[in-house]
Amino acid sequence: MSNLRLKYASITKKIIMGVMGLFLSSFLVVHLSINLLVLFDNDQYLFNQAAHFMATNPLIQTFQWVLFLAFVVHIILGIVLQIQNWLARPIGYKVKGYSEQSFFSKYMIHTGMVVFIFLIIHFANFFVKAKFGMVDEITYPDGKTVDNLGILIVNLFKDGYYVAFYVVSILLLGFHLEHGFQSAFQSLGLHHPVYTRWIKALGTLFSVVITLGFITIPIVIYFFR
Amino acid sequence: MDLTLKVWRQANAKENGRFVEYKVKGISSDASFLEMMDILNEQLVTEGQDPVAFDHDCREGICGACSMYINGRPHGPDKGTTTCQLHMRRFKDGDTITVEPWRAKPFPVIKDLVVDRSAFDDIIQAGGFVSVSTGGVPDANAIPIPKRKADLAMDAAACIGCGACVAACKNASAMLFVSAKVSQFALLPQGRVEARERVQNMVAKMDELGFGNCTNTYACEAACPKEISVANIARMNREYLAARVIAPND
Ligand code: FES
Repeated sequence: MSNLRLKYASITKKIIMGVMGLFLSSFLVVHLSINLLVLFDNDQYLFNQAAHFMATNPLIQTFQWVLFLAFVVHIILGIVLQIQNWLARPIGYKVKGYSEQSFFSKYMIHTGMVVFIFLIIHFANFFVKAKFGMVDEITYPDGKTVDNLGILIVNLFKDGYYVAFYVVSILLLGFHLEHGFQSAFQSLGLHHPVYTRWIKALGTLFSVVITLGFITIPIVIYFFR
Repeated sequence: MDLTLKVWRQANAKENGRFVEYKVKGISSDASFLEMMDILNEQLVTEGQDPVAFDHDCREGICGACSMYINGRPHGPDKGTTTCQLHMRRFKDGDTITVEPWRAKPFPVIKDLVVDRSAFDDIIQAGGFVSVSTGGVPDANAIPIPKRKADLAMDAAACIGCGACVAACKNASAMLFVSAKVSQFALLPQGRVEARERVQNMVAKMDELGFGNCTNTYACEAACPKEISVANIARMNREYLAARVIAPND
């Protein structure tokens, strides 16, 4: 019993989707923690040291490809699932349904698409520049010379349009997480008469913390630096 | 009460359908929704028109035959209620009510509000049973079953297979139905024997028939007239994961 159709069954796709989603969520925590460093000093010393560590540590450098793969799988599967779901109802209703209980689940493809576009722009702004040595170096008073990625952030967040785009994207990411976090547990079969309520609450808290965390940075830089 | 009805009319599976507006007058608030439809049909017959075709059988909320998508909800506005158990007191005089058939690719319209739900039968045939050699009736208490499990199995078995879960789901997913059927067996020792094959076969059939994927919206649970819990979907996901990866030989 191992034909191709079975291998790629709906549940398999959902489970992979959930695992990848949770993995990407954990990456967000790391990313946010490092980003926040930019707020703690004026010469981006802390942030640039952390970025330097991330860019040179062999373990993290290897892991980054796993992360990249997770993004690709999550995005491709998300699109495949959505297309299948649209095909499952060729004729829609005149009166749209309103009995959903996880509101943002209705907009996963939309919020996901915006985050994807954001990701591409984000990649061009930071990742590509850092990878291809397009970032100026800075030598700090303690003699350490590192890529000055921090100044890239600060300069970008001086641009009002970019800040607006960033804030909206992160907000939509928050909506994506609000549903995605608890949904992943359900897909993995983890449902509990008591704990599921806590998982949902944790998911909401997680999405709020991540959203506020990321949004604070451009707001602070734009208005107060 | 006087009502305006917008009903989906479709002569057969091949023809295009459309909404037709009807007026019904003097409906008692004690009438059930189906009785109101009967009154409309009587009116149509007297006028020499074709009555609206709709599914119904027991009219007491146990068979799952009735299936109408009323004002954006399968089985109408009441929680845990089938269309046949929905009463007109739930509506106000002068209301406009839109009645649509279930919408899903695997549920093609046969006529008006009647859809072909044999896709559910196909899923059941793929594994929704316990294979036994026929013989004498076994002693009811020969196999001990914990009360907790028996209760969960009974809750899952309350599914009447009406298809409201599919109708409510934005993805037309049949996961609540299939998971209820998988669960009712997986929880009991008699069904446990074939649990691994069952979940794989039923899910494969479900996918093959073209039902959508579950995105954990939980609209199914909200719409289910038997209030089947999405905990069953999690159980099926678990069963599936175990069957495919974790413990295929258990
Ligand atoms: S007619 Fe049997 S459940 Fe409604």
